[in-house]
Amino acid sequence: MTDLDAFRADTRAWLEANCPPEMRQPIRSEADMCWGGRNWVFASDAQKRWLEVMAERGWTVPDWPRDYGGGGLTPEQAIVVKEEMARIGARQPLYSFGISMLGPALLKFGTEEQKRHYLPQIARGEIRWCQGYSEPGAGSDLAGLQTKAEDKGDHWLVNGQKVWTSYADKADWIFCLVRTSSDSKQGGISFLLFDMETPGVSTRPILLISGNSPFCETFFDDVKVPKDQVVGEVNKGWDVAKYLLGHEREMISGMGLGGGGSLGAQVQPADPLLRAEIAAFDVDALAFQAMSERFTALWKAGDAHPASPSVMKYAGTELNKRRNELVMAAGGSEALEWDSERSNGGKAPRDWLRSKGNSIEGGTSEIQLNIVAKHILRLPGA
Amino acid sequence: MTLLTDDHKMLQATAAGVLADEGSIAKQYRHWRDTHCEDGFGHALWERFGELGLNGICIPERHGGLGLGATEAALVLEEIGRNLTPSPFLTTAVVAARAIDGTGHAERWYPGVLAGEAVLALAIDEGPRHAPEQTALEARRQGNGFVLNGRKQFAVQAASADMIVTAARTSGEPGDRHGITLFAVPRDAAALENVDLADSSKAARLTFEDVALDADAVIGEVDGGWAPLSRALDAGRAGAAAELVGVAAGAAAMTFDYLRTRKQFGKAIGEFQALQHRAAHLYCEIEIARAAVLKAAQLIDSGDERAELHVAVAKAKAEEVASLAAREGVQMHGGIGMTDEHDIGLYLKREAVLGELFGDVYYHRNRVAELSDY
Repeated sequence: MTDLDAFRADTRAWLEANCPPEMRQPIRSEADMCWGGRNWVFASDAQKRWLEVMAERGWTVPDWPRDYGGGGLTPEQAIVVKEEMARIGARQPLYSFGISMLGPALLKFGTEEQKRHYLPQIARGEIRWCQGYSEPGAGSDLAGLQTKAEDKGDHWLVNGQKVWTSYADKADWIFCLVRTSSDSKQGGISFLLFDMETPGVSTRPILLISGNSPFCETFFDDVKVPKDQVVGEVNKGWDVAKYLLGHEREMISGMGLGGGGSLGAQVQPADPLLRAEIAAFDVDALAFQAMSERFTALWKAGDAHPASPSVMKYAGTELNKRRNELVMAAGGSEALEWDSERSNGGKAPRDWLRSKGNSIEGGTSEIQLNIVAKHILRLPGA
Repeated sequence: MTLLTDDHKMLQATAAGVLADEGSIAKQYRHWRDTHCEDGFGHALWERFGELGLNGICIPERHGGLGLGATEAALVLEEIGRNLTPSPFLTTAVVAARAIDGTGHAERWYPGVLAGEAVLALAIDEGPRHAPEQTALEARRQGNGFVLNGRKQFAVQAASADMIVTAARTSGEPGDRHGITLFAVPRDAAALENVDLADSSKAARLTFEDVALDADAVIGEVDGGWAPLSRALDAGRAGAAAELVGVAAGAAAMTFDYLRTRKQFGKAIGEFQALQHRAAHLYCEIEIARAAVLKAAQLIDSGDERAELHVAVAKAKAEEVASLAAREGVQMHGGIGMTDEHDIGLYLKREAVLGELFGDVYYHRNRVAELSDY
């Protein structure tokens, strides 16, 4: 038995003993997804216990160092944990922008003090983070952002507005791009962390076409932020921002995997033309999954092209939109029900409408193609 | 998914070097086409493959091969595809070599294959579309042997072959998997029409009229040919998919170069976003297809039961992407892309033939649906 086989056996036994049966059921609604944070209300005791035992073992973030609340696992071991969780249908114990976005950026750019302070809170699900990137005038042209942070000696004074801030109304802290200099567009941006309860911060949810409000407008009116809450150097926040965007794009691209499993097997299309379209989709989805696995392996080996998250994000989100279109077609008139219990609160049409944002958020498909054209193909003028 | 090892990268570099030079479009594809070669490929390069050991990739070590697998074959085939090199490598060294593996025919044919002297072919299809379970060619027992009657088509390089692995029906009805038997049919046993295909490669139509074969012509078990045939065909599908990825990558590289150099309206046409986005989309698709092929090959090599599904995915995806690359290549080249003088149009032709080989995109999408229970 190799060390990895032994690790797998231990992992399997531990999960068997510690993953509550309720946490092995498929996710039915938003409440089944645990986001943690100061104001989180656990949907069940099992949800709470699952987060606690996983955090205790460092397995909310299996491959982060132990000193920062992680499991200290090798990439291979972390994959084993993922596979063994999938084997029993275990839910992810914690959904977190801290894990998927801020954490990797702190690990790369944070000071030792920042890592020891923020990362364990993220790993334990104590602080829920939101992302302050886009502004009304800075969407695809993100570096054109205008939210200002003035150096007031002992603190930064932040004024401005963010938009598309995911779950800002539920988050405890924000990681935020601010303008600290107007001398240079990309070279005048800093990466700031602050508490959403700081006086002067307010949020307003945005109602989407899906009927839900996962995003907010966020306003900063003379918000005082301590000086040591900058990540990386002042005016060098664009490097942190881009690195984090790579992780965000990778995370969003995961939607292309559609939770695994064949769409055709799930919807059993009776119409031969729809079956043909769905088979074409399943080919693309399985091929995308292969690329996702290869990308993950390359990334961990340090051999991935830095622009490859753009490839993943573009392909994955376009695929997820297509999947939702086909789910709607297969569901027929029943997929149009908006509120009924029968339709799980209109899950199909709401997911379909929500998916339209996948190829916009985190950089539009067109921006990803620009990045591929410029940084990978090196086409002139791109 | 496992990444390529250093050994893989060395093999890849060797194949890339040899094929870009000795296997180039000018030295092989155009040369054999323009000299009206009956084989449609060059024997010297085939022998060179033998010297380099490439022909032994799918042949077990105890027979003098390298005992490697689909992954390594895919690396070579991507380079063959990139250069549009006409070669017996896929049918002879990958598919036929696998079909006779573990049978008495291995010893007879492996030495010639390893040396790049023997060429083996496959006779599977009987209609215009790939449907191996529909095999109808009749093999009736007679005395100590069999008599074959029926016809085959799209038998790639069969006119150049020393032996043709032929699927025949010894029992049951077309559509049954049981009752198919593989035969080693010697050269000249069946009447043969050598057919030129669109990409200047050759595939034969074969007519069997009371062709008598000894019992030892049977490859494997009588009536039990489906399993080894499927395994050999899946190796061929993964291989054709790898070659298609090479075709796509070759066409794309040529096209991206053109976008960087061709000037209109006073600037490189690659500066136009209308073309940049299509080029970037194509790049993404090729990356996806390459990963799908690598995954299928690795699953074949590890004997994983999911191999069948992923081979179908790889073949369907690779054909789709190679077609996109060739079509976009011709369109983005504009008028010059329509001329025989330019190489880009050749990719369109090769893609069409490889796409059809061992089942096209529709065949494999349907397989994915069937294997996924819908």
